[in-house]
Amino acid sequence: MSVLVEARGLVQQYTTGKPLFGQASTVRAVNGIDLAVQEGEILGIVGESGSGKSTLGRMLLGLETPFAGKVLYHGQPMPAPRTEHWRRLRAQMQLIFQDPLAALDRRMTIARQIAEPLEIHDRAKGPELAERVAGLMARVGLRRDQADRYPHELSGGQRQRVVIARALATNPRFLVCDEPVSALDVSIQAQVVNLLRDLQEQDGLTMVFISHDLKVVRNICDRVAVMYLGRVVEEAPSDRNFADPRHPYTQALVSSIPQAGQGLEGRIILHGEPPNPAARPSGCAFHPRCRLADAACAATVPELETHGGRLAACLKLPAAARQAA
Amino acid sequence: MSFVSIRDLRVAFDGVQVLHGIDLDIGKGETVGLVGESGCGKSVTWLAALGLLPGKAQISGSVTIEGQELIGARPAEVEAVRGARIAMIFQDPSSSLNPVHRVGRQIGESLRLHRGLRGAAARNEAVRLLDMVGIPSAATRIDLYPHEFSGGQCQRIMIAMALAGQPDLLIADEPTTALDATIQAQILDLLSSIRRETGMAMVLISHDLGAVSAVCDRAAVMYAGRIVEANDIARLFTGPKHPYTRGLFDAIPEMDAGRARLRPIEGTVPDPKHLPPGCAFAPRCPRASGFCQSHLPELKPQVRGGFVACFHPEATRAAARERQAAVA
Repeated sequence: MSVLVEARGLVQQYTTGKPLFGQASTVRAVNGIDLAVQEGEILGIVGESGSGKSTLGRMLLGLETPFAGKVLYHGQPMPAPRTEHWRRLRAQMQLIFQDPLAALDRRMTIARQIAEPLEIHDRAKGPELAERVAGLMARVGLRRDQADRYPHELSGGQRQRVVIARALATNPRFLVCDEPVSALDVSIQAQVVNLLRDLQEQDGLTMVFISHDLKVVRNICDRVAVMYLGRVVEEAPSDRNFADPRHPYTQALVSSIPQAGQGLEGRIILHGEPPNPAARPSGCAFHPRCRLADAACAATVPELETHGGRLAACLKLPAAARQAA
Repeated sequence: MSFVSIRDLRVAFDGVQVLHGIDLDIGKGETVGLVGESGCGKSVTWLAALGLLPGKAQISGSVTIEGQELIGARPAEVEAVRGARIAMIFQDPSSSLNPVHRVGRQIGESLRLHRGLRGAAARNEAVRLLDMVGIPSAATRIDLYPHEFSGGQCQRIMIAMALAGQPDLLIADEPTTALDATIQAQILDLLSSIRRETGMAMVLISHDLGAVSAVCDRAAVMYAGRIVEANDIARLFTGPKHPYTRGLFDAIPEMDAGRARLRPIEGTVPDPKHLPPGCAFAPRCPRASGFCQSHLPELKPQVRGGFVACFHPEATRAAARERQAAVA
């Protein structure tokens, strides 16, 4: 397996508008991420809102230019946005959004929307185009007679299938799925998750799967990176990460999932809320909410290091491992 | 004697029936879960009961609170119950709070309406409530506006507001859906500890089966405007009888299971305008027979407890597992 996409020291920051009084503040959404996505794997990115998951996904696709650091695709740096080279590369990488209704044009039939990327990238014309669209619809499990429908005439699950079909139109190699099933009901969620897995297995697609739903990530991903406030705090094969989490934040995250047939006892309830990225705590960003934190955690930013077959960024890893055991 | 009793509650919008006769009893101090996918009528049931549906909704049936009828009652009578005896909190706290009023004033409004508290007494009580739901330094933050709180804190404020009237029953409509995982855990914890302290009853409307199983004593599963199964939590989760309940459980990936393929329920929820003539779940049901296509099963009490509306209910879990093993 070779590395398809690689992030090196990625940083993204946004400047908030200057308020009436006082100064504009800068928010570091992503604060130094090194990540490699192997060809053909599904990498999960997990974290709470504001942890920088989506920003990371957009930078991996070259939709945003990082403030610092770089993204390598096949070992080559990402070309500047909106250039000819960038456009050609974009056909190989696609994004699937959370809300299919917002991602689709309400005034276009779904067949037209699936055809659009094929026309933009000049892949097919005329009868061949219609054939390709029909083929894509069949692949994602849409019926032929639905081709002339409008998005509002479809259910949420069907709309997400349209979004997936459109993303697959240009035969991409790399897919970033940003919360693709979060807006769907459980029974439909499972259908779409299975569809994504089938597509991945058939084409050997490489995927980055961004989600806050740990159960879905557990099921679909080979490897998982847990993010907290713009940094990766733990990265491991998905089995290991969920069965035996080592970082105190991952431990709390895994334990916070209510399990059927299990009461509220024995769960790690974190106090407080994820901090505001504009007012990042010193040292380890998680230390104000961490049950193992001490003075050292408030002073030193922990680096990702190998620990028990995974990468984790925590000064208290031996203690956390004891707690887990 | 149940505290709130719903009998044959039916709701139609513009001639399209969305609720087809709901029977549900909530006892004093009991926690009941209402589970189902979007559009199954779990929220509409309680919006109808509390008179919160728009005027065009046609409502029939009966909802009584300690014998007092709410359906068809004068608005003033319903208002005396709503907020004071039955309170409701919703999924999206930031859209339920008024953005241009300080949170203290919004809680104060409930206190004035339901308990006649004013001035310093109302303010002290509002601080106490905010403290109780876990807002740090409540005494100073009472004068902030909703946008100055995070989503989880806004939900806490909503809960404080709902508790202001000291209700006997709290309807929590997807209270954690819009929140992050660690905050969801906090809010579930808060709701169940408040329930323990105050002894109020609670209805948890949710599509999150894990949350329902963690908090509730019993649960009802709804599909297309009907209750299809009801049982106490332990029995429901160890041995679901209705194929839809079974399907819901199977569709959720397990944290401790491997990467096995998920087992979705095929097809989609039927359009309420064109419901199938028989059992509404029949077109998606792996156990459906010809009889199911044309006949409507009633919600019937089961020998071993619980209620199921199905002609071909699932066998016990062990038998089901054997059957799956045979298929695989």
